[in-house]
Amino acid sequence: MSDLISQKVNMIFKSTKGETVHALKDITFTLKKGELLTVLGPSGCGKTTLLNIAAGFLRPTSGTITLGNNEIDGPGVERGMVFQQGALFEWLTVNENVNFGLRMKKEDPAKTAKKVEEWLDIVGLKGFGNTPTYQLSGGMQQRVALARCLINDPDLILMDEPLGALDALTREKMQSLVLKIWKETGKTIILITHSVEEALLLGERVYVMAPRPGRIHKEYKLPFASLGLKGDLREIKNNKEFVSKREEILTMIWNMEEEIMGKEI
Amino acid sequence: MITGFITFFTIFAVVGAILYGRRLVKTEKSDAVFGNPERAKGGIHWVVVGSSFLLLSWLYYSWDIAKSFYPKSANELCQVAKVNESLLSLKYLFPIVERQHKSTAIIKRENTNIENKIILIKNDSNLKSQDKEIFIDILSSTKLMIPSLTDERYLEDETQNIINQLTARLNKLTENFPKDTYPKLNEEEKYEINEGLKKQLGWGATGMEVPPIPESTRGLKFHAAAAELNSISDEFFEMRNHNPEYLRKSELIFSEIKEYMDGLDDGLELDYIKDIKKLVRRIEYASIFPPKTLDELERAIRSFDKVQKKEQGNLKTIDIFLFPAGTIVASGPQCSEAGPGRWLPKPSDTFRIFGEMLKPSVGYKMIPMLWYEMMGVNRIVGFILPDWIADIMPGKYPVHNQSGTVDPNFKSKILDIVTGEFEAFKIPVPTGHIWDSFLRVFLGLMLGIILGVPLGLFMGLNRFAKGFFDPLVELYRPVPPLAWAPLVITVFGIDNVGKVFLLFMVSFSIMIISARAGASGTQLSKIHAAHSLGASRWQIIREVIFPNSLPEILTGIRVAVGMCWGTLVAAEFLAGTTGIGFVENVARKYMQYEVIWITIFVMGMLGLIFDLTIRKIIDKTIPWRGKG
Ligand SMILES: Nc1ncnc2c1ncn2[C@@H]1O[C@H](COP(=O)(O)OP(=O)(O)O)[C@@H](O)[C@H]1O
Ligand SMILES: [Mg+2]
Repeated sequence: MSDLISQKVNMIFKSTKGETVHALKDITFTLKKGELLTVLGPSGCGKTTLLNIAAGFLRPTSGTITLGNNEIDGPGVERGMVFQQGALFEWLTVNENVNFGLRMKKEDPAKTAKKVEEWLDIVGLKGFGNTPTYQLSGGMQQRVALARCLINDPDLILMDEPLGALDALTREKMQSLVLKIWKETGKTIILITHSVEEALLLGERVYVMAPRPGRIHKEYKLPFASLGLKGDLREIKNNKEFVSKREEILTMIWNMEEEIMGKEI
Repeated sequence: MITGFITFFTIFAVVGAILYGRRLVKTEKSDAVFGNPERAKGGIHWVVVGSSFLLLSWLYYSWDIAKSFYPKSANELCQVAKVNESLLSLKYLFPIVERQHKSTAIIKRENTNIENKIILIKNDSNLKSQDKEIFIDILSSTKLMIPSLTDERYLEDETQNIINQLTARLNKLTENFPKDTYPKLNEEEKYEINEGLKKQLGWGATGMEVPPIPESTRGLKFHAAAAELNSISDEFFEMRNHNPEYLRKSELIFSEIKEYMDGLDDGLELDYIKDIKKLVRRIEYASIFPPKTLDELERAIRSFDKVQKKEQGNLKTIDIFLFPAGTIVASGPQCSEAGPGRWLPKPSDTFRIFGEMLKPSVGYKMIPMLWYEMMGVNRIVGFILPDWIADIMPGKYPVHNQSGTVDPNFKSKILDIVTGEFEAFKIPVPTGHIWDSFLRVFLGLMLGIILGVPLGLFMGLNRFAKGFFDPLVELYRPVPPLAWAPLVITVFGIDNVGKVFLLFMVSFSIMIISARAGASGTQLSKIHAAHSLGASRWQIIREVIFPNSLPEILTGIRVAVGMCWGTLVAAEFLAGTTGIGFVENVARKYMQYEVIWITIFVMGMLGLIFDLTIRKIIDKTIPWRGKG
């Protein structure tokens, strides 16, 4: 079983001035294979830090995080990452970007070319293979980033506000795409967002995090993601239950932010 | 001819472009307010005006317009200058160019000198009062000597006669000068001028600076008048107003001085008496005359001057308008350009000389500017392959045998190849000053890039490399490259190796810094992405950090090219036997202003070509720059 298990993960940053930031405190959770988790929370509550630890870019101060039976102690191909701003290699074309992981593994170029084509088809970029990435729109760039990550067939996909920089319309389309990919590939996904709506729409499970120290404040198990697979996303947004959940979480985050403001004043 | 055409053409261009510009203003859209960059767009016609203006200024201030429209003007002005020169010392006698008569000025000056000297002597505590008395006595009699020169009663008839004679000669010249028949030359003089004219070249750097022998009838007039004036002037200054009264007084003074100096040792007294003697001699040789004696002569000079100015005719206008900021001056029989015409070469000459220099058979100092020579492939192979390749081959070099011959073996055959000692076909290889300069910059730059970029990337990624190499690079980098030149030349020689090394030093540090900045400026998310996609360290450097640093590296190359180019020219100035800088240095020694300007132009063009090429490369290789 390749579950993601986090046990009492703590992350304490020490700045050069000697101040310490308790970015994560006792993060404990288990994510089963094939689950889609969305993480929500006010800015600075440690979402990115959590993701970076899962990706292996950061080593936690204490606690362990394991994928399957292996403790995570560095970046690896089995954990793919999608960043807010594509982090695409702008000197490469779309094809070359998507192909990057396979090329690093020195796979046969004839075989990889076919794979790349398939993935471009899935993310809806057929025919853009030879376009330089700097000529693509923001939404298209995120599609390339998705394909580049997925072609490596990772067990776990980590997304850090992948749709944050997109306009509303593109965003909606991309949300459908994420759901579609989740369903078709059955991957385990952690998706960070600062949009409550997005978290509710996409998340099978939703964590709301609280800051200072960063911790999991509340957990929800929601049906909307499975609904979204079948129906229209816009319909779900008007669903009564959806609206009340959204209001509840918004109020929660609003209170958290007020608390922070109060503390600071 | 061509210059004249170009002059008219540029004037037309300027007028046309200005008119076009004015019309454009009238029809311009009015929606672009002041400050909107839209308003600065276009304006090729102003480029035409600007360049034409530059060309016109060059033509004008180098006196090329004068040369083109009045090719004989320099020669004629030379003759006028000869007249002015021979008149000059005579004119100085009178308030014509100066304020006072020369006699007046001298008397005033020497009287003050004597008075000052007396005061000095009186106040000098190191002098004995006995000496003081003698000195003051001599000085007082010297002062009393002047009236014997200025009193008309003492003026000798002989002196008066010479003055009258010279005045008469001058008046005769004034009378004859405007006549068509002037000058009347004898056969010998005619022959001499004709022979000289046969050898005389044209005006300008491709001929003579200014041809001195008169080529026109007007010029001949001035030339002859100058000769006559010279003779009058010489005769006048040979004459001395030494009348018996003056001679008596001066002999007395000199004998007094001599008496005092006899048996005098070195010391303060000797200095004083020598000074006093100098003062007396100055008065002896000065042209001091009674106040009215030279009046007739002055009148004669003034009237001749008026006549000669009138005879110059349009030459005067040409001089004023077409020889800006200077004119032709004479010194003896020679003439030269004084002013911008001297150091600003005429475009016509410059282009002709440039054309000559470009001819491979001419070049500069026996070396063409840019040409090719046929070189055997064997020499190139021998140059590229290092000789030790033969040494590490198995076996031994052959030893001569009993019959006194040497049989080549495998090892010796390899040696022949790496030293280039074999027969091969020839291929054309570029040579010349421009090529040499270019090659030096290119090699220095390439070495700097090949070594500097990897080291710079390494320093951007690795704490050890940064710490270890930083002091080295940072210590040598701020020193101006030319400050290293003496050392580098001592170690590596004045030839190519030294210069290439110097340029390597320049480009190396620039490349290190730009590659380092590129490496440490890589976005973290890109590196994270590459890690997650399974790239190894080496792959991350090659596939992510290097391409990501390319914009910085290429900008660094662009800077390095400029720096190398500047350093090279200066280095070639210091030493060497080829290259653009060398050409300029030689031209500087021989004051070949045309060649100096040509080298400046060539350097500018080459620098521009370098920069344009790199800009092209930048646009081609990093089209994503600024769009990532
Ligand atoms: N490298 C670091 N050094 C020090 N503090 C850090 C570092 N990275 C993050 N932090 C701090 O940790 C907290 C959580 O940051 P982050 O995970 O980026 O928040 P989020 O992604 O939820 O907005 C913030 O207060 C931030 O200032
Ligand atoms: Mg974040």
